Amino acid sequence: MEFVVFWVPAVLAVGCGALVFRFDSMARATFSLLASLLCTGGLVVLLGLDYLGVVVVLMMTLEMSVMAVFMVMYMMNPAGLTPMTMTHNTRAAAVVCGLLFALLAAGILSAPWPDRRGRPPDDPTLDLGMSLMGPQMLTMMTLAMALFATIVATVVLATRRGRYDRLGDGLRARRADDPVPGGVGR
Amino acid sequence: MSAEPFLLLAAALFCVGLFGALTQQSIVMLMMGLELMLGGVILAAATVWRHFAPATADGQVLIIVAVTAMALEMAVGFAVVTALFRSRETDMTDMAAELKE
Amino acid sequence: MAEHPPSWAVFALPVLLAAVALVTAGADALLAAGARAGPARSPREAAARAAAPARGVLRELVRQPRRTRAADVALVRVGAALLPVAAMLAGVVLPLGFRSVSDLPEGVVWYNAMEALAWAAVWLAGWGPNSALSLIGGYRFLAQGLAYEVPHMLAITTAALGAESLRVGGVVDAQSGLWFAVWMPAAFGIHLLSALAMAFWGPFDRPAGRDVAGGAAAELSGVDRILLLGGRWLLLVVAAAMSVPLFLGGGHGPLLPGWAWTVVKTAAVLAFLLWARRRVPALRMERWTEAAWVVLTPLAVVQALVVAVVVLHR
Repeated sequence: MEFVVFWVPAVLAVGCGALVFRFDSMARATFSLLASLLCTGGLVVLLGLDYLGVVVVLMMTLEMSVMAVFMVMYMMNPAGLTPMTMTHNTRAAAVVCGLLFALLAAGILSAPWPDRRGRPPDDPTLDLGMSLMGPQMLTMMTLAMALFATIVATVVLATRRGRYDRLGDGLRARRADDPVPGGVGR
Repeated sequence: MSAEPFLLLAAALFCVGLFGALTQQSIVMLMMGLELMLGGVILAAATVWRHFAPATADGQVLIIVAVTAMALEMAVGFAVVTALFRSRETDMTDMAAELKE
Repeated sequence: MAEHPPSWAVFALPVLLAAVALVTAGADALLAAGARAGPARSPREAAARAAAPARGVLRELVRQPRRTRAADVALVRVGAALLPVAAMLAGVVLPLGFRSVSDLPEGVVWYNAMEALAWAAVWLAGWGPNSALSLIGGYRFLAQGLAYEVPHMLAITTAALGAESLRVGGVVDAQSGLWFAVWMPAAFGIHLLSALAMAFWGPFDRPAGRDVAGGAAAELSGVDRILLLGGRWLLLVVAAAMSVPLFLGGGHGPLLPGWAWTVVKTAAVLAFLLWARRRVPALRMERWTEAAWVVLTPLAVVQALVVAVVVLHR
């Protein structure tokens, strides 16, 4: 049982992960990555972190659905109907990654791993919450600041229009001049 | 189950992702490689939490950080591609390198 | 209160959800026919009208399936099948009375994660057939999703916050006195709105709207079509039923046993949604998006803040 519960998602995770770079269709590539990450989320649940595993599933589903839109938007050949290769220095990369994996595997198999210290708490989610709102508060605040900065930065990068485009040079226009009419107050 | 299979799997995911990130020319495909690498990091952090240090929540906090990093990377990546596409009509790393000239 | 369900509950849940979805669809068809052709003149005519969705299912099964050129059939299949599966998986944490198939320790997050799979499902079903109209439907759903998801998450987080538990059973237990709908009305309203939006139904049916010839479902036929459109009803039923344990006290109520109260309350929510559908105009994506971000999200944040303060001082 344990064998199946681990190996099926494990093989799926790596297999779908590899297929991401084999598919010509961007939709297939994106959702293959989603399948891989969902398997990762499932394995995190298997490791006893139910909450984080489900959060990974939730986040990745939303993220990959949005990603699919951008993939289709920016790839030259989103549907993969006329296959083309868009790769560079494949061989060197394969050597680098093969060597890295060999190194990591050797390390994992030969390292004298320490014995488990302590027992998992009854409710790891509670433990995580107490930690984030206590000793790890600084981490949480840094993440919050990073997220906020990202929101601002992405909007600035992605939009071409500023408030002067919307409200005129003196910012005095009564109605904003938007390409897509909105819903509130108009 | 012992920690080694999980760690090996995490290493495999990381290396597959790295391969994608190194070989893909398109920036959006490159980001998919980065996502896979971070998936490996998440799995490794969960394994280490479970098998070596379950008493503290540090492993879990690391997962939160990795998940946030994934979201940030995606958002900034797409914003950069959008800005790049708007100015240069390109989405490839090789052509973006010409920006410095 | 967490009682273990019998093992056959796993098999009973899909059957039960499908039956409720079929009844709801029948009631909707009855109301629609009544609005179009006047009230039914005989009980027999009413029954025939209510059976329209069931007849539609049978018709799709025997009809010659349509194909589009260069369609990505695998993705269509995955997308169409994923929607009902996601709804069923989300329904796993639904309590009937005080028992659910699995009262997961983080059931609220589980519900959210499973219904979020609808994003992937609808987009895939829209992308796969290689048709412009169905792709528009898929994109519309993503736009709608980006708008409803944040207020929706905040609303269900508010319920979990009020109960100090992510377990759906815990949320129900916390409402043995006052229902959450009473002191978190904004969160309750947002949850109902997002239930409509996630099932792209009623005022939010633009992703499968008539102006794009059925949108995401435009090119689907046969089993795929049944799965996608049926999954939509299932999602509506599950989301509406979820508002009962989250905001309407679950199985708590006088006289009747817990399961009866759950059934009554779920039926009431569904009846309200069916009624409301006929009173509200359809919402275009761009209007809904701005309203969701500018009005609903701050409202949900304020609601969560109020609840957090109340919980801290309890």
